[in-house]
Amino acid sequence: MSGKSNIVYPYIPNSVPEIRQAMLDELGMESEEDIYKEIPDRLRFHGKMNLPEPILSEARLQRHVEKILAKNENCKNNICFLGGGVWNHYVPSVCDTIGGRDEILTSYVGEAFSDHGKFQILFESESLLGDLTGFEACNTPTYDWANAVAITSRMACRTTGRKEILVSENIGPERKIINANYCKPDITVVEVKYDYDNKCLDLKDLKSKVSEKTACIYFENPSYLGFIETQGQEIVKIAHEKGALVAVGVDPISLGVLEAPGDFGADYALGELQPLGIHMSAGGGLGGFIATKDEEKFVAEYPSLLFGVLPTVQEGEYGFGQVAFERTSYGSREKGKDFIGTCAALHGMVAAVYLALMGPKGMIELGSTIMQRAAYAKQELAKVKGVKVMEGLSFKEIVVNFDDFGKSVAEVNKALLKKKIFGGIDLTQDFPVLGNASLYAFTEMLSKEDIDALVSALQEMC
Amino acid sequence: MSKAYVRTNFHEARWDEPMIYELSTPGTRGILVPEVEDEIVAAVGDVAASLPDQVKRKAPLLLPEVDQKHVLAHYIHLTQEAMGSNLSNDLSEGTCTMKYNPRLGETLAMDDNFASVHPAQDDSTMQGVLEIFYKFEQIMKEISGMDRFSFQPGGGNHAVYCAACVMRAYHASRNDVKRDTIITTIFSHPTDAASPHTAGYNVITLYPDEKGIPDYEGLKKAVAETGDHLAGIFMTNPEDIGIYNPNIDKFVELVHSVGGLCYYDQANANAFLGVVRAREAGVDMCHFNVHKTFGTPHGGEGPANGAFGCREFLTKFLPKPTIEFDGDKFYRDYDRAESFGKVREYFGTAGVILRAYSWTMMHGAEGLRECANISVLNNNYLEKLLLSIKGLGEAFQGNGITRQEQIRYTWEELNKETGVGTDDINRRINDYGLPYYWESHHPWVIPEPMTLEPCETYSKCDLEEYYLTLKKVAQEAYDDPEMVIGAPYKSAAHKLANAMDLDDPEKWAITWRAFLRKHGDKYLKVK
Repeated sequence: MSGKSNIVYPYIPNSVPEIRQAMLDELGMESEEDIYKEIPDRLRFHGKMNLPEPILSEARLQRHVEKILAKNENCKNNICFLGGGVWNHYVPSVCDTIGGRDEILTSYVGEAFSDHGKFQILFESESLLGDLTGFEACNTPTYDWANAVAITSRMACRTTGRKEILVSENIGPERKIINANYCKPDITVVEVKYDYDNKCLDLKDLKSKVSEKTACIYFENPSYLGFIETQGQEIVKIAHEKGALVAVGVDPISLGVLEAPGDFGADYALGELQPLGIHMSAGGGLGGFIATKDEEKFVAEYPSLLFGVLPTVQEGEYGFGQVAFERTSYGSREKGKDFIGTCAALHGMVAAVYLALMGPKGMIELGSTIMQRAAYAKQELAKVKGVKVMEGLSFKEIVVNFDDFGKSVAEVNKALLKKKIFGGIDLTQDFPVLGNASLYAFTEMLSKEDIDALVSALQEMC
Repeated sequence: MSKAYVRTNFHEARWDEPMIYELSTPGTRGILVPEVEDEIVAAVGDVAASLPDQVKRKAPLLLPEVDQKHVLAHYIHLTQEAMGSNLSNDLSEGTCTMKYNPRLGETLAMDDNFASVHPAQDDSTMQGVLEIFYKFEQIMKEISGMDRFSFQPGGGNHAVYCAACVMRAYHASRNDVKRDTIITTIFSHPTDAASPHTAGYNVITLYPDEKGIPDYEGLKKAVAETGDHLAGIFMTNPEDIGIYNPNIDKFVELVHSVGGLCYYDQANANAFLGVVRAREAGVDMCHFNVHKTFGTPHGGEGPANGAFGCREFLTKFLPKPTIEFDGDKFYRDYDRAESFGKVREYFGTAGVILRAYSWTMMHGAEGLRECANISVLNNNYLEKLLLSIKGLGEAFQGNGITRQEQIRYTWEELNKETGVGTDDINRRINDYGLPYYWESHHPWVIPEPMTLEPCETYSKCDLEEYYLTLKKVAQEAYDDPEMVIGAPYKSAAHKLANAMDLDDPEKWAITWRAFLRKHGDKYLKVK
């Protein structure tokens, strides 16, 4: 198949036959086959790809795709209590406006003189995340939170020269799988018990496991189950006494009200960018960050691009560039730190816009009001016969147990769905210790009416 | 017909913008958060205030306080100081395939039925998303000849890492655990060395022969030396210099003969859509940079997608979940005992897949082939123009091999004659409205490199504008080298006063706080 046809593609300007012919003539070629001649015939694909017939016009294509998307339910038409690492937070229109601008949306890495503004937005993103987490160094985005955990494990091992990572047993289940894989084959991952009675890390178990072999201890605050860890300082003390580092996974939305990891002595803060003004998009909205102290022993181990600010030759002008580029695999191939490539820069830029809009007061109010919603839901759900809510200090998420409800979590969720409610994440497989339990998240998108609707729906099921 | 010209009157937007922190006025708000109802407050009180002291934020939160109009204006100013492929002649970034990214893709991605879908929703409530994943997988299978795909990797380097994990799982399943070494080529992307290395593999790098083709004799030697420690090979084709390796099947045969697996990094797939496939080359695994080849935006460096494909015998090791169809419903299959695990939370960069599916459906088989045809034609047309420029050559010039979709050029001659190097030229073209061009991955095997990829997006007029601009800048280098070295003058910002400080821990500043701590008010815009 030659590909010659009468179609002029709007995205392919030189598909106009006369232009194409003029270019071929200029080159003294009959067709593109004079270029493909370099590919031996035995390697050529001689058939025609069996692909669906094209939908050439944008109008028809849009209808086609929208028809498929209409098969989805979404969190605007339903009341969403799902969380677990992606949350239905409000996305300000300003975030959409900036994130959708072609200048950055359709750019690549480039250099600061021509893409100055993009570099500045990413620098501001690093700075704002640093302020939020209490650190003076932060990377450009990783793929997601899990990727941030995994990268931090390897960074900490390089910084300490050790090969063992301790992780709290109740970190996000997918993050656990991804970190374990990323640590292969040379890093040992040991789980530290979680004290489900007191809703905190089991320090006795931690002390028995941390040693001079330990590179880093990783726990999440709030935990995957929503509980606020009250022993941050003690964990840091225990780790540092053995020369181990401490990494804390955070929900950035919590840091208006909760103490930042950098402020209680941790060495790294990492987490998910999605709640900071990025649409969930079926998981497409993920992006991770890692913040740490601005000390060479930490900064030199990032695999990520790091954008730094310096003056230009023009007085009063900020310029930007890549800090310690040779560290990266772009600069040094396999001798660089892990590997780097295209990750989630746009989400880092949108997060900057979000944090700039929110400011300190916005973040404090958001954290406070989310806690009130979760506390209210806890109180109301506990009134439903057969429903137990796990006690403990919670931020945005709570664990709801249906052991005495007479229905499995799956059955509860199925019934809720009929009332256009997305029930919580089913924990029965990943956390069997919690019984027939489910994880409910309460963002600012939920009103009292929404929470009451959940309670009523459950009461009706009894 | 439109005529090419050099944008001599160009000036990039330059807003002389301060940092967002410098716009801060205490008490100002950019957005208000939804209040909780009085009944909730009455029921639970101020929960955050009653937190134990040791978990409460005590340090002031140092975020800026800016009203909404000025936040918006600040970031619009900054975006205007950037050049995306939708607004510039971005054939500049070779190996990156900077296409036009249709606005329709953005409209679709903002649909509530997509943007507001939580990835943990029940499968029954996200049939549309799963259908698009499933259908795009069928398309990718046909384009490559592979048997299955995973869209979990978030970029090309992530897909290469995924391949290394599959390779590790495959050899482990055969109890063949001594295989600890992989081979790659110097003109494959650096991640073809770095990602497998992160997964625990030693790396051997092959250099090209005198014609610029990966050296088969070198491969034979490496294979013989590695013996039964060889896990596999990771290679790009065409390589980043635009030369197709005609011996690819011989490479595959040799690596297979000693029990290794073969991986095709298809970052440069725009050269061969419908022309060649991974299957005919005989490889076991491959990936496509969906954000490059299938028309989706690069986002400044993501979100992206590295669609990972493999043959049937490796599918059991794929990351979980896979997306399946039972004849009635689409579903995510997590029940995969031999899967190596996961590389990303949930199941992939869905926005990229949605846009890529749409883009591909608009092109069909003929349209994809048209992309390849016009890309290689554009590249050869541009090559002919550029090689007439004094001081400019190309890698392995005169080797008699017709280039495919991109070319690594060299300013070596110009540099010798004028002292002006590729970095200087790169800054100077910005004064004429051309975006930064991709020089080369490191190390620079080709001196003073410039890698251009004029994919199907670029018109004949674009190619000629690029040529005329480079010709003008090269002439400037001969006439007034100091002026070129001092460039840029009309871009969004000037060059750094001392770029070496970026490598100095005492001076680098990755955040505003570090900048203030290290430099005080010395460089502040507003003192």
